[in-house]
Amino acid sequence: MTTAAETERIAVKERESASTRIVAMLGKAPVHIALIVLAVIWLVPTVGLLVTSFRPRPDIASSGWWTAFANFDFTLKNYDLVLNANKMAPSFVNSAIIAIPSTLLPLFIGSLAAYAFSWIKFPFRDTIFLALIALMVVPIQSALVPILIEFQDLGEFLTGQKNLLTGWYWGIWIAHTVFALPFCIFLLRNFFITLPRDLIEAARVDGASNWKIFRSIVIPLSVPALASFAIFQFLWVWNDLLMALVFIQESDQWPMTIRISQLLSTYGVEFHLLSAGAFLLMAVPLLVFFALQRYFVQGLLAGSVK
Amino acid sequence: MAKPPRRRFAGMREGGWQALPFLAPALFLTFFGLIVPVIWTAAMSFNRTRGLNFGTEWIGLDNYERLLTRDSRFLNRDEFPWSGALVNNIRWLIIYPALCLILGLITAVLATRVTYERAFKAIIFVPMAISAVAVGVIWLLVFSPDPEIGIVNAVIDGAGGSPVSWLGRADLVNYALILAYVWASTGFVMIVLSAALKGISQEVIEAARTDGATEWDIFRRIQLPLLSLPIAVVTVWMIINVIKIFDIVYIMTKGGPGGASRVIAYSFYVETFENGKGGYGATVAVVMILLIIPVMIWQIKRFRSEAVVS
Repeated sequence: MTTAAETERIAVKERESASTRIVAMLGKAPVHIALIVLAVIWLVPTVGLLVTSFRPRPDIASSGWWTAFANFDFTLKNYDLVLNANKMAPSFVNSAIIAIPSTLLPLFIGSLAAYAFSWIKFPFRDTIFLALIALMVVPIQSALVPILIEFQDLGEFLTGQKNLLTGWYWGIWIAHTVFALPFCIFLLRNFFITLPRDLIEAARVDGASNWKIFRSIVIPLSVPALASFAIFQFLWVWNDLLMALVFIQESDQWPMTIRISQLLSTYGVEFHLLSAGAFLLMAVPLLVFFALQRYFVQGLLAGSVK
Repeated sequence: MAKPPRRRFAGMREGGWQALPFLAPALFLTFFGLIVPVIWTAAMSFNRTRGLNFGTEWIGLDNYERLLTRDSRFLNRDEFPWSGALVNNIRWLIIYPALCLILGLITAVLATRVTYERAFKAIIFVPMAISAVAVGVIWLLVFSPDPEIGIVNAVIDGAGGSPVSWLGRADLVNYALILAYVWASTGFVMIVLSAALKGISQEVIEAARTDGATEWDIFRRIQLPLLSLPIAVVTVWMIINVIKIFDIVYIMTKGGPGGASRVIAYSFYVETFENGKGGYGATVAVVMILLIIPVMIWQIKRFRSEAVVS
């Protein structure tokens, strides 16, 4: 702002000699040390598991993973074992079968509702929206059992089979959708209301229907918000254990999270299986994280209310 | 709530019925999938049920009386300090947010002072992306009682101490679990606080420096006060997390040893799905709802004051 102050500051910087810069760097040494120590502490647990997953079983039991680089001996056998003999490969597919519709369904239903909350006036709009904000934090445990009973009753009513919804993926898709909706509507509505009012009113004047405005103006302009929600929800479902324990009853439909907990209860703490299994489970989230970091962080920041 | 000026809707003369096709699927699912089930759960808590059936036998407040006075795994007040799932969860509620905030603040403040800020933040943040199931497996390895497997005990062994069974001792297990979860969540706190720090004007900080303020003064008098809202937001996020905490306990200890690391959500799971006591499990779920209500009220107040609702 004040150019005088600006030039003064630049002048001061230029007057700093090399020696003062070195002193400044040394002054920062404690900061560097602290950061490096923290980074190492944060990396070691994951690196340990990664190294373990490539070590032969006898080695894992007899020496720590940190000695692995001294006597170089790595194998892919753990991954082979866990993928095939322990059915992690079909479970990987199941995780995707569960997670993709559980992301798209709330995205579609939620964006419709968010449009209504943003651009259509209807009675009790604010009250209903506040109720949704309140529902966002309801613990899923407080609704799980009645939902299960509803699914069974509905299945019996429709076909006479109690497990119509819980015997396949329908139950978990619907349950994930239900729990995602309040947050989805909240996130998208807060984005939709920031769209330029003139644009939407001009479309209205031209006689565009709400559906047309939603489809050809609001959705194309909201891709960042839609992506943030989709990534957040996909990882939420991919990483979920509790809902899968409750709503997936057939073992050939288990996602990876249940498969790993099953490995633990069947074989005990066998790190050659657990480490490889855990890395297969982590692979997709890590890829998403590094490829789409920006959306991922935005989704999580918005998700801090959930 | 600030009433919106009417002219905001000047272009929206259509009837409210037009909203119906947009709202119907979401409201139908929310009503039958959330509102009805929560009320249903509350009603179940006054019943004794066999399996998951509803309304087998009305027993009034018996479930609550038993849960709070006669279930030593949920709340044991026979000896001091009290123990049980509820007490463990309160322990989580205090220690976990405190540690995450301290570490999140330190990392956020320090990271802004170096050139490798992005790489450092990514390292701290990565655990946020992975499943609590994977976090559990990772920390089972870290805390392994065998010094040839677990790195913590290897360090203790190297220093001449004797290995500790972190997850096998009733007095340590909760802290070990909390540490694992702090490792997983600190990155999130750091990101939120770091975004807030970046929002603080550099001119103000420079001005304070020229006036002779130390780095500590700058943190204490300028940055910290401006961080109070983001700190409140992440704290609430952590509280919501902790009330629901389940996966990591299920994977790492199954509530053991001897029920020493049970938390409320774990008790709910065991009573409902393993013991088949739907009514008693519902009572535990009602306790969770009661704990979350203050958070809910805070949330609504905040959104109203921010005029997010217009």
